[in-house]
Amino acid sequence: MPTELRSPPPKALAEPRAAEAIALERVSRTYTDRRGARVRALEDVSLHAAPGELLAVVGPSGCGKTTLLELICRLQAPDRGNVRGEPAALMPQRDLLLPWLDALDNAALALRIAGVPRAHARERAAALFAQLGLDGFERASPDELSGGMRQRVAFLRTLLSGKRVLCLDEPLSALDAITRADMQEWLAAALEREGSQIGRRTVALVTHDVEEAIMLADRVAVLSPRPGRVIAEVDVQIARPRARTHADVLALREHVLELLGRGRTREGDRA
Amino acid sequence: MRRRALILGPPLVLLAALIGAWEAYADSGTTSNFVLPAPHAIAAALADNAGLLAANLRPTATEVALGVLIALALGAALAILVHLSPLLRRAVYPLAVGSQAVPIAVIAPLLVFWWGFGVFPKLVVIVLICFFPVLVTTVDGLAAVDPDRLKLLRTLDASRWQAFRFGELPAALPAAISGARIAVTIAVIGAYIAESQTATTGAHAGLGHEINADLTALQTPRAYAAALVLFAFALACFYALGLAERVIAPWSRAKDAA
Repeated sequence: MPTELRSPPPKALAEPRAAEAIALERVSRTYTDRRGARVRALEDVSLHAAPGELLAVVGPSGCGKTTLLELICRLQAPDRGNVRGEPAALMPQRDLLLPWLDALDNAALALRIAGVPRAHARERAAALFAQLGLDGFERASPDELSGGMRQRVAFLRTLLSGKRVLCLDEPLSALDAITRADMQEWLAAALEREGSQIGRRTVALVTHDVEEAIMLADRVAVLSPRPGRVIAEVDVQIARPRARTHADVLALREHVLELLGRGRTREGDRA
Repeated sequence: MRRRALILGPPLVLLAALIGAWEAYADSGTTSNFVLPAPHAIAAALADNAGLLAANLRPTATEVALGVLIALALGAALAILVHLSPLLRRAVYPLAVGSQAVPIAVIAPLLVFWWGFGVFPKLVVIVLICFFPVLVTTVDGLAAVDPDRLKLLRTLDASRWQAFRFGELPAALPAAISGARIAVTIAVIGAYIAESQTATTGAHAGLGHEINADLTALQTPRAYAAALVLFAFALACFYALGLAERVIAPWSRAKDAA
């Protein structure tokens, strides 16, 4: 698996496009859960991402992170506020590979839906399989793949959607710690390699792992417990490749954890 | 070898015990051989009439095979319509349920009046009985698809048809095959009812017809032998569909099929 990390290309390389790839303005969202209870998922959230930016969103579980991504992907509409930006593709927390398709067909699903004939769609997906360390597993059914491989196929499926905005919902949460560290490096490398070829995509990465956010993101937004509000936004101005033991990474991690803890305490005071 | 013994052992032991008890009861003289023939008498009837029974199996097997195929097509097609249109669901579902309550004897004269003594009225009876399990299991299968999968297809800009083609249809296939397995077993009973209720011309009119003729003629062992052939035929169809499922829908045994 290629894991070499290079510094990102200057953002100016990306072709000109909308000033904001993701724009949420004072968005609130309440939904009704299965038992009929009203759940206030997000309250007055404003978030922006410039084209090519990797925005990480961290917060305690149940802070409306998934709702946030579904709003960006237009799978839900906000009760109040505005959602603008470029079309976005979602990589859901569960990989949701279709068991009736083999790995290659799963990766090529978006192309098939876009009307590309099957043989051609498979060819295009196959070209990327080797880059993702998946060669030899083209015809494997999803239940024959390891967790890490399934995540990579799901990621490839999201990439091949051709959308300029990718919404990644806890993409690595199902993996054990070692695989996860590898996959973080792999994810950074994959986004970067693609960025140098066709222009960087905008990524909204939702995670509860602060270290993961700092390793990958240009900027980290910290959400409070439900209803989710943006407590702070932190720029990550650490040169890539980033080492998880680097002093700046550790310091920033402490800082974000402290912000998260403060958000929780404040919530506790209110209750 | 050991595994095969473990799989085949229990049903064979149970079967042997049941046959032994039956033989003992029939030989005890409590009942007449006309009412309950002993297993050895049935075996003898089976051996003596192998040709006759095989000749009668052919039309019955044809009725069952064609009937189940038509029932599958009809049941699946109705299921898809009902799934896609709430209006059709309200219109069709009560009628489909009600159709199962109609005693075949009530409509049999009409079927014969319309279509005569051939195979067609029998197919109608079998289809009428068999489409229902296919309809119900397929409707449930289509509705049981993981909503997150449909959401995912939506983010990939799938049209309604594509969501159906890539998401709902394959998810429902194992359920439809389960419906077919139920259908094929009751189709054998359906064939018996069809042959009993609608008259037939010709020499070998089917096993159901044969059973009724034998019972009337007090040839009870041969009637039991014919029933045994039906039993074996239903069993073979059921397991054949199980094998077909592994080929057509191998994911149904995978852990995460929805």
